[in-house]
Amino acid sequence: MIRLIPRTQPSKAMIFLSPLLALTLTVVTAFFIFTFILTDIEISRVFYALFVEPLIDTYYISELLVKAVPLIMIALGLSIGFRAGVWNIGAEGQYVIGGITGGAVALFFYDVEGFWLLPLMSLAAILGGMFYASIAAFLRIKYQVNEILVTLMLTYVAVLFLSAMLQGPMRDPSGFNFPESRLFHDSALLPIIWQGTRVNLGLVFAIIFSFVTWFGIKKHISGMQIKITGSAPRAAKFAGFDDKKTIWFSLLISGGIAGLAGLFEAAGPIGQLNPGLPQFYGFTAIIVAFLARLHPIAIIFSALLIALTYIGGENAQIYFNLPSSITNVFQGMLLFYFLACDILIQYKIVFIKAIRQKL
Amino acid sequence: MSNRRLTSILKISLLSAVMAFTSNVFADPVKAAFVYVGPIGDMGWTYQHHQGVEYVKSHMGDDVEIEYVESVPEGSDAERIIRTLARKNDIIFTTSFGYMNPTIKVAESFPDVKFEHATGYMRADNVSVYSARFYENRHVIGKIAGHMTNTNIIGYVASFPIPEVIRGINAAFLAARSVNPDVQFKIVWAYTWFDPGKEADAANALIAQGADVLMQHTDSTAIMTIAEEKGVFAFGQASDMSAFGPNAHLTSIIDVWGPYYLKRIMDVKNGTWESTDTFGGTEEGMLVLSSMSDQVPENVRSQAERTLLGLSKGLIDPFTGPINKQDGSPWLAAGETPPMFPDVITMDFYVEGIDSKYPD
Amino acid sequence: MNEGLIIAIIIGISVASVPLIFAAIGELVVERSGVLNLGVEGMMIVGALAGFIVEFHTGNSFLAVLAAMLAGMAIAFTFAFLTQILLTNHVATGLALTLFGLGIAAFAGRTYTEVRIELIPATHIPLLSDLPIFGPILFSYNPLVYIAFFMVFLVWWFLFRTKQGLILRAIGDNHDAAHAIGHNVIRYRILAILFGGAMAGIGGAFLSLVQVPIWGEDMTAGRGWIALGLVVFSSWQPFKVILGALIFGGITILQLHAQGFDIRISAQYLSMLPYLTTIIVLVSLRLRDKSKTNRTMPNCLGRIFHSTS
Repeated sequence: MIRLIPRTQPSKAMIFLSPLLALTLTVVTAFFIFTFILTDIEISRVFYALFVEPLIDTYYISELLVKAVPLIMIALGLSIGFRAGVWNIGAEGQYVIGGITGGAVALFFYDVEGFWLLPLMSLAAILGGMFYASIAAFLRIKYQVNEILVTLMLTYVAVLFLSAMLQGPMRDPSGFNFPESRLFHDSALLPIIWQGTRVNLGLVFAIIFSFVTWFGIKKHISGMQIKITGSAPRAAKFAGFDDKKTIWFSLLISGGIAGLAGLFEAAGPIGQLNPGLPQFYGFTAIIVAFLARLHPIAIIFSALLIALTYIGGENAQIYFNLPSSITNVFQGMLLFYFLACDILIQYKIVFIKAIRQKL
Repeated sequence: MSNRRLTSILKISLLSAVMAFTSNVFADPVKAAFVYVGPIGDMGWTYQHHQGVEYVKSHMGDDVEIEYVESVPEGSDAERIIRTLARKNDIIFTTSFGYMNPTIKVAESFPDVKFEHATGYMRADNVSVYSARFYENRHVIGKIAGHMTNTNIIGYVASFPIPEVIRGINAAFLAARSVNPDVQFKIVWAYTWFDPGKEADAANALIAQGADVLMQHTDSTAIMTIAEEKGVFAFGQASDMSAFGPNAHLTSIIDVWGPYYLKRIMDVKNGTWESTDTFGGTEEGMLVLSSMSDQVPENVRSQAERTLLGLSKGLIDPFTGPINKQDGSPWLAAGETPPMFPDVITMDFYVEGIDSKYPD
Repeated sequence: MNEGLIIAIIIGISVASVPLIFAAIGELVVERSGVLNLGVEGMMIVGALAGFIVEFHTGNSFLAVLAAMLAGMAIAFTFAFLTQILLTNHVATGLALTLFGLGIAAFAGRTYTEVRIELIPATHIPLLSDLPIFGPILFSYNPLVYIAFFMVFLVWWFLFRTKQGLILRAIGDNHDAAHAIGHNVIRYRILAILFGGAMAGIGGAFLSLVQVPIWGEDMTAGRGWIALGLVVFSSWQPFKVILGALIFGGITILQLHAQGFDIRISAQYLSMLPYLTTIIVLVSLRLRDKSKTNRTMPNCLGRIFHSTS
């Protein structure tokens, strides 16, 4: 019989090993799933397309970066809240609202050029995302309503709102009634920093924000507050830290960043507002944050890893006509194994002979 | 055998050998790729495009190498997929309107690759657009529907209020009215191309409101299955859907892409490809009707067949005046047919007689 | 607007509510025990596929529904093992479950998109089904519809009329105290999670076996997430799940009918109502109970139980 015995001290080795163990287990399980289900394709070719090719081809590397930007941004914002026990599950909704508010500015000035337009759009996006998240903050503080459910419900509302906007006021007047906005004009598009690819200024911002978050958490006292509040809510109260400010701060930051990520996606690879804006980045970023154990720098890497599953999964779709959902299978498995392996940090696996006790 | 004859045979053999040899050495197979918006298993729009692919394969054999990607989302991922395909293929077909912007973008980076965009309107030196006058077949089924309905209510499950869909509604309505002046259309907008659950709900709602004949401009077979379950009639869309509604199925509009795809791919092979705008119909063989159900009475059937014949000879235009717009303003005078552009291509109004408000 | 149409609308709404009722009543039990399982969508789609496959190959509806239950439970077991034995974070694990479930279902179901099955037929009860008005509205449904409503009653009875139900609720409110008394918190929760999985599985199967006889990887279309909101909307009280499901399910149906009548209410704004209403309900629950400890929401919802023995 297997028993979990708490370690006297968290195993430092496992902190590094468990993610690797999780990754290995994922790859091995994938191997078995493929062998079992895909009887007519060479497994090595599949693995090459999924995991190797995206890493050696410069175009795919650039696309990894493009995919990683929204994940990094949203995960950073979320990680701040998660440390404090504030669970913003509706980052997807804030992402959409930010895209709408920022995009609205772009569309309003659609025939005006100027360097000031992008910053203005970004500001609108941040404010939009913040406002949307603040609803959950307000309800949590005033009525102790669980923010998981509020933010989740609001996500649906946001996506429906996008649909309503695209069929109505934001629809391209010369677009044959398709529910899409005008294409953003040059001043409203994020500048490309790697010529010939889609990598834009958003990447720079994401990396900068990652470092800013890291310093903020390390140095600033509110980082300390957030750390303590999250792991032991009662302890925080006793220590006299302000619960309310933490909740507001966490939700506003994660909402604002998610909103900005939405705008960056619309003003970047998409180039307009259309129904394809919501891509579940708000949920996938939760996985990214967890895989990185909420560490701001590690988030960059876990985002790249998740981006790899996206690109790799797409390759599987293109080359082997596998359903694109294979990406979800990987992401789900990776997270499962990661969470499971993490237990090895706090607990040791011990085999004990069963002793029957009769009551 | 005479000497001259022998010489001729030798000459021809030598010539054939040389041609065979050179065609094998200098003509690599054409590489074509297809981007599908749904799964081939939708048994509708995408399935029919794939039938076109099979047609090309059966005609060109080893002279063509085809790859395809299903269910490509119409967002920012589309560009990456199209670009990936462009790096290895000579011609790419993107089979949904939503791929227009990514197609144009990728085409700019790959001037030597040819692109064919279905149902779009933006062209470039290496980008063609192609579509079919689907509304011609709507004209035919409109007449059938007008005869077959007992309640005089025809249910229409529409996707998005784009010109292509509006054309279909208008054409079907006018045709139905022409054989049945009391017929009325109930139109539900699903705002999706493919969502079996929602399409089924829409079908149920229409049937509950009295529709006994259903038409669809969405891609799944759900509506046909609901029609079968509830005992009403329905028309299949893009593919033969009779298997999904043995009793309900009257006939299906079938898109025939094969010959067009073959021609374009052969053009690439022969080096004669040019950017074109194709808007073919029955006359060009791009549309057919599947076989009609036995439940269609003989007189209705022969009228439909006559109509099809007329369309195939280019003698019938589904929009022939006198027709007014829904608000009563005149559109076409008696005997007048509309110009393709802008009236047909950008149609954004209902014709007079349609009860529903125009969506906006 | 005639009588037949009203009847048809009522029937349509009732049928649309069924998958939600199944999924929500299962999750209600889970949450009553103090566990938040966000993986409902994943469990539903897996159930939908399992049911469809078995129905397609055997034609036996009973086996199909059973398969759906088992598939849901199998996936739920992963969640149970991770959160209850390995003590992982509920939110992350639930999300992983959703992703994995959606992915594996689409993956395994990719060869089943071109086929159709026979739908489970509606029942016909002699005499009762033929009653005017009440016949169709009450007595002519598919067996699964009746099972759904019965499950709600069964859950209510279990939670509020049995000893085990009381213990489960106690665990949900204060797992430390319950553990101190000697109840096996982990076992109750695992069983609750498995039950939730079985219910979600059947709920999914209802879509593929009753609503439309074809399979699509997006069949559940977010109903699992709606079920989560439903549980809250119902204040964790079984009979209110039915009310909530009727409202949520009804909004979609009504919106389609409204179009048929040419009533120009924007489909999107109408569809927002269930979600906004859920939030309002959440607030109103708190407003009612401001001074005393909350009676309805399980206090330990989402908190990890660390046994101290």
